[in-house]
Amino acid sequence: MARYVYVNIAILPAKSEKEGDMAVLAPPAIQRSGPPGRSGAARRRRSWTGWAFVGPFMAVFAFVFLAPIGYAIYLSFFRTKLIGGTSFVGLENYQNVFTDSQFWSSFGRVALFLCVQVPIMLFLALLAALAIDSGRLYGKSFFRVTIFMPYAVPAVVATLMWGFMYGPQFGLIGNINDAFGWSLPNPLGPGWLLASIGNIVTWEFVGYNMLIFYSALQVIPRTLYEAAELDGAGQVRIIRSIKLPAIRGALLIATIFSIIGTFQLFNEPAILKSLAPNVITTYYTPNMYAYSLSFAGQQFNYSAAVAIVMALLTAIVAYAVQLRGLRKERVQ
Amino acid sequence: MTINRRAFLRGTAALGTAAAAAAALAACGSDDDSGDNPTVSANDVDAALAAGGTLTVWAWETTLKQVVTAFQAKYPKVTVNLVNAGTGDKQYTALQNAISAGSGVPDLAQIEYYALPQFALGKSLVDLSGFGANSLDGTFTPGPWASVKSGGVTYGLPMDSGPMALFYNKEVFDKHGIAVPATWDEYVAAAKKLHAADPKAYITSDTGDAGFTTSMIWQAGGKPFQVDGTNVKINLADDGSTKFANLWQQLVTDKLVAPISGWSDAWYKGLGDGTIATLVIGAWMPANLESGVAAAKGKWRVAPMPQWTAGGAATAENGGSSLAIPKLGKNNALAYGFMKYATTGEGAQIRVDNGAFPATTEQVNADAFKNKEFPYFGGQKVNEVLAQAASGVVTGWSYLPFQVYANSIFNDTVGKAYVSNTTLADGLKAWQDASVKYGKEQGFTVN
Repeated sequence: MARYVYVNIAILPAKSEKEGDMAVLAPPAIQRSGPPGRSGAARRRRSWTGWAFVGPFMAVFAFVFLAPIGYAIYLSFFRTKLIGGTSFVGLENYQNVFTDSQFWSSFGRVALFLCVQVPIMLFLALLAALAIDSGRLYGKSFFRVTIFMPYAVPAVVATLMWGFMYGPQFGLIGNINDAFGWSLPNPLGPGWLLASIGNIVTWEFVGYNMLIFYSALQVIPRTLYEAAELDGAGQVRIIRSIKLPAIRGALLIATIFSIIGTFQLFNEPAILKSLAPNVITTYYTPNMYAYSLSFAGQQFNYSAAVAIVMALLTAIVAYAVQLRGLRKERVQ
Repeated sequence: MTINRRAFLRGTAALGTAAAAAAALAACGSDDDSGDNPTVSANDVDAALAAGGTLTVWAWETTLKQVVTAFQAKYPKVTVNLVNAGTGDKQYTALQNAISAGSGVPDLAQIEYYALPQFALGKSLVDLSGFGANSLDGTFTPGPWASVKSGGVTYGLPMDSGPMALFYNKEVFDKHGIAVPATWDEYVAAAKKLHAADPKAYITSDTGDAGFTTSMIWQAGGKPFQVDGTNVKINLADDGSTKFANLWQQLVTDKLVAPISGWSDAWYKGLGDGTIATLVIGAWMPANLESGVAAAKGKWRVAPMPQWTAGGAATAENGGSSLAIPKLGKNNALAYGFMKYATTGEGAQIRVDNGAFPATTEQVNADAFKNKEFPYFGGQKVNEVLAQAASGVVTGWSYLPFQVYANSIFNDTVGKAYVSNTTLADGLKAWQDASVKYGKEQGFTVN
């Protein structure tokens, strides 16, 4: 039961539910309205009244959302050269994206990041949420706040802070090496950098995801646990059979957020670039690639094509995950 | 619905990109290239100065502040707004966007020599021959004067220059009994000796710097970039480039250069505590050392740049910038008036007095300039060495018409040599390939 409620809050409403709502919410006046032969003017006036209500929203939506996207798509059909000016090239920019090894290497990098960092982060967040929800933790609000705290630190500050710690020359790593005579691997070296960024991102977002899971856990009626205990279920069994199924929707939404966030990775590598200029290339992540194409290379058109392809890829992956999540939902 | 902050933050970054793109597009239409170059006589300039007006100058060079004060005292009707629109490529991006958008373009802009051809080629700058700039031949030292010309046309007036020299920490050299290197071979030997004597000390720091690398190739006699209008030749495997790559590879392979990026906190710290023992850098460095590394006062000295052949006197320019008039600037005659004032005669003197390294022959050769003793450098007459360096700049160098972009991808390519088994030579080859590709995409005829 509880599971159903939560899923409906978090994800698009299930189909049956949606239809039910529609039937209830539809104004009876329209159902009963006169014969089909009513004058067009009257019908138009009625439809305009509706638009007047959504108008302000639609205007803002069109201006800040549709227009920039439409404009980016428009841009992506052209090419501007230093010699020769601007010309219409149709889909050529898109063809180039698909054969662009720099773009695909950046995509591969964030895909790897997604496969490794996101599961670790969500697992840690889940663990923290379950621990706090268990009611057995001493000082649970202290833990809740401290785990959430990094999320309140701006990403730029967090990255700078970690960057200083990572420094093998003058940073914390350097100090540790000096003090103990160790030679720890350089977190800013080519082999470790992606993991170092993963560490920063995990630190930043464990608390955020924990809060999503924790609030989902709070919705579960406590009586279920009592019933389960009466049936002889232990904590592990309760987690597996009650808690995890109940927060499946929250897990799904957190996963989708994380996928979007990962594909848009920009701040952390862009800031660390000054500390590791040769490891973090201008095409380290797809967003950095789009950024340097337009700002260093003046290739706005190609940059727009890269951005749009990346948006589509993100949408496809996020949608695939959502479909898979919902299918499991139905099977249960 | 909760907004994911991460997604939101990155979304804003993306919006920024979109906005810049929008600015660029607005440009596409306004490509009215009238082609006629204004002819403005000295009298016109004087009249403009007397009539007065407001000038907007984009520059980050600090000594211009004093110049503006003196200029406004001399021409009370002129108001100069000195705007710091960012340093180096940040300013170029802003300028490029303003030019593209066709609004908000300054009347004068500071443009480094390496970036000037790019703006000249984009037909964004006023050809100064109509202002009689060619009559200034001989006013400026040869290196900078050649740098402000592109395709035989003068696009800017040199503001400062950066003939290279060897800045070294005498205390560190004395402590380990190391002689000041006069050739590059001696430099490598000194690097080895120093690092062996003190594993925490390095001869210098380098994490791959396009400006340094091109200057080193320049001194070695390389001419990797040949530009003739829109025909460009790139050869980063010529004799000079190969000489540099082979030399520097020894230092990189043996980890004799500190992996510290220039201008970072760690860099200043290293310069102060003796862990970075030398800098091969432009003549504008003394003022930066005095302000940035105050703790090392009295320890540093300046020597001529190490040579490829013993007894030589070849140097190269490193950095340095000009003032140029964007075509879309409003009052060109007035702008030229300020520009000439700031770069020659009185203005140049004011800037030299405040620590800039001059690009004018008069100031470079002045006795007062050469004989000035620098307490920071233990009383050494630093400018003697630097003025000598200015006269040894190897001629015939040119930058790419898209050097700003090429430098931005330097660390993607050559930078690999600093963190992997790739050699500098391979890195230079990769840099060449990427630059050739970009040049072709931009409509140049390359190689």
